Amino acid sequence: MTTADVRDPAPQAVGAEEAAVDAPRPAERLSALAQQHGALVTLVLAVLAAALTFEPFLTADNLQNMALSSAFLAVVALGMTFVIVTGGIDLSVGSLFALGGVLAAWGSQYGTAVALLLPLAVCGLIGVLNGVLIARSRLAPFIVTLAAMLGARGLLLAVTDEGSQTYLVDKSTFFAALGQGRLLGVGVPVWIALVLFAAGALVLRRTRFGQYVYAVGGNEDAAALMGAPVARTKITVYTLSGLCAGLAGALNAAWLVSGVTILGSGMELEAISAVVIGGTLLTGGSGFLSGSLVGVLLLKVIQNVINQIGSLDSAYQQVVSGAFLAVVVIAQTWLGRRGRRT
Amino acid sequence: MLSVTGISKTFPGVRALDGVDFTARAGEVHALIGENGAGKSTLIKVLTGVYRPDPGEGTMTYDGAEAAFATPLEAQHAGISTIYQEVNLVPLMSVARNLFLGREPRGRLGLIDFRRMHRAADEALRELGVRVDVRRPLRELGVGAQQMVALARAVSVDARVVIMDEPTSSLEPREVRTLFGVIRMLRERGIAVVYVSHRLEELYEICDAVTVLRDGRAVHTGPMAGLDRLRLVSLMLGREAGEVREEGRTEFTGGHQVTDAEPVLSARKLTARHHLREVGLDVRPGEVVGLGGLLGSGRSGTAKAIAGALPLDSGTVVVAGAPVRTGSTPAAIRAGISLLPEDRKAEGIVPGLSVRENIALAALPRLSRFGLVDEARIDRIVDTFIQRLRIKAAGPHQKVGELSGGNQQKVLLARWLAMHPKVLLLDEPTRGIDVGAKAEVQRLIDELAADGLGVLLISSDMEELIEGADRIVVLKDGAVVEELTGEAVTADRLMRAIATAPVGGPA
Repeated sequence: MTTADVRDPAPQAVGAEEAAVDAPRPAERLSALAQQHGALVTLVLAVLAAALTFEPFLTADNLQNMALSSAFLAVVALGMTFVIVTGGIDLSVGSLFALGGVLAAWGSQYGTAVALLLPLAVCGLIGVLNGVLIARSRLAPFIVTLAAMLGARGLLLAVTDEGSQTYLVDKSTFFAALGQGRLLGVGVPVWIALVLFAAGALVLRRTRFGQYVYAVGGNEDAAALMGAPVARTKITVYTLSGLCAGLAGALNAAWLVSGVTILGSGMELEAISAVVIGGTLLTGGSGFLSGSLVGVLLLKVIQNVINQIGSLDSAYQQVVSGAFLAVVVIAQTWLGRRGRRT
Repeated sequence: MLSVTGISKTFPGVRALDGVDFTARAGEVHALIGENGAGKSTLIKVLTGVYRPDPGEGTMTYDGAEAAFATPLEAQHAGISTIYQEVNLVPLMSVARNLFLGREPRGRLGLIDFRRMHRAADEALRELGVRVDVRRPLRELGVGAQQMVALARAVSVDARVVIMDEPTSSLEPREVRTLFGVIRMLRERGIAVVYVSHRLEELYEICDAVTVLRDGRAVHTGPMAGLDRLRLVSLMLGREAGEVREEGRTEFTGGHQVTDAEPVLSARKLTARHHLREVGLDVRPGEVVGLGGLLGSGRSGTAKAIAGALPLDSGTVVVAGAPVRTGSTPAAIRAGISLLPEDRKAEGIVPGLSVRENIALAALPRLSRFGLVDEARIDRIVDTFIQRLRIKAAGPHQKVGELSGGNQQKVLLARWLAMHPKVLLLDEPTRGIDVGAKAEVQRLIDELAADGLGVLLISSDMEELIEGADRIVVLKDGAVVEELTGEAVTADRLMRAIATAPVGGPA
């Protein structure tokens, strides 16, 4: 994977490949369609309903806000998708998101390079550690990343004097522009997230590493017997997840122009929800990035709508998100069983 | 091409391979055979880098040089491909992706060229006579077609040695023909093929040489042609024809009081794809019927089918005149059929529970009223069985996991006897237990038969089978080939029956 790939995402080609894959029997096609596009259809319906019901929904400001807050979660969900396709889980991303933000804000006083590289280095390293413990020591991903989640949170408190110290970002720096700036009227973080998703989709669908990710999640023993580098693949996806969380945190800090310590708790669950709603199987072996993006948007639209219904307690937002997740998982299981029977 | 000399592999407590010599030559199909636990799988795993042999003992040479494979990947890169008994591919991925995982054709920027990959996959499969949409997920294919994909993957990597572990166990006869065609093609290309199978006909048809493993040792290596079938079977079973001692090796008294009563168990035309073909047998009250045959001949399958644990395509089971719904274990148990499974650790005992709890487990529904368990009654029953079966335990509350293998087996037996069965199916009841306990279990079987139970006995121990059974139904490739009764129940006749030519094709 070189940087040249990133600049040449060739999204049409990716789309064509996905379309070509599902051409079998009707029942199979239906279940595949529902798995791949169920979230998209729901998103369209939700947006339509919101636009018709709430006048402020379609205003430029509101859309911009939604797009921005989606962008940070989306970058986290990007890494999470790779992890979940291998059949794993990464609970540390919320803490890494917050840690990345604080490190970026602190580092911004030494320039943009430090502000970006420091959180990437630290969060990437924690990701490597997660991966090594999971792949080489064969520990359960749940426990390893739970430990990393607690550890990273502790590290964050240590860096910020128990959370009392908030580092600010100078608004005039290039780093702040990465969060605050706009390109063609759309926030820079949104562009970054989109480019990363295009690149990520290319990696997942069109590279050998991507095939290994699916193979490891689909049948780890078989993948090993076929000569796939199982351990290396796992370490790579957890590293990727750590890097994504750190980057998202840094961008978020640039947007807020400060390293807010209380962010990110519960974000890992939000990211997992988005990935699963997007059609990626929690058991591994099947999934795609465009779905995760749709999942993120769906969660954010629901949040936005409930925030706008002033009369409704914002706590209900989580009830609705939770209900959505339950429905999706039930549908997945059901469709999966049907698919196997044919 | 690939050979090992004096190689050993020891697991904790088990010496799976003991100084084995084996050579696979280029352009030769070499059969590797042996009964359960003989060491075939271990040898294959050593050859393919899954296991490492015991250090300091023996050598492995590949292509003229000393070799040691640390991982399956290393062995594959060296040109050793393996097709495992169970298909080892990724079901959710497409056929083409499975075929090319790790060596996808790549175009510009190192991205996978799917068009080229699909075309190549299609060609590779067509060459093997398989026509499928290579873009479909593998799991949509039948098991046979999946096996062919695995084969295509194995031969398309420029393999120089191809190892096949029971490749035909899930294939249709037509697919077996295709497979043999491919094997002949490989042989002509000068590839060394190692072929593992239990089906003697296949070995004689396709193999040039044979190595027989038994108890971790290579007991025979030589050309396939000219090797007498009977001799081959006796090599596998470890008995020279006529060498089997007919008396005194077991605790069986021989001959039971078999009445001419109606059979208590009557199975007809049991058929299950890839397992059984129209298997039929009768067991009368007080009779011990043995099931003979090699590993994979359908012995355990027959027992499981009767006990409702193997779904049947067709066939009937009748117990004491009443038909039993097949494919349902509760129905079979209610009808009075009890199965003592082969793998008692995985399918039988609950080691963490006490002797008492293990015995009462299956009978709980019978011993409880309104969902409440009648403790006093359980105590009575448990005590009775501990005494009657002579279970050696510190008391009814000792954990079963702490008992010896023989006593664990007795606890299992007690569990099923507490159900008051009419028919008892025993799958390898004395495997892995010490000699003393073995004798006691054998005596018990005799006693149970004398009490009027119908017993179906599966055993790889030939003395046990011959002396314990009043009749032996011989299975081969999932079908009954012969029934030995009375004077004909001898080791010689049994081996002859196993070695004889088949009826029809494989199941």
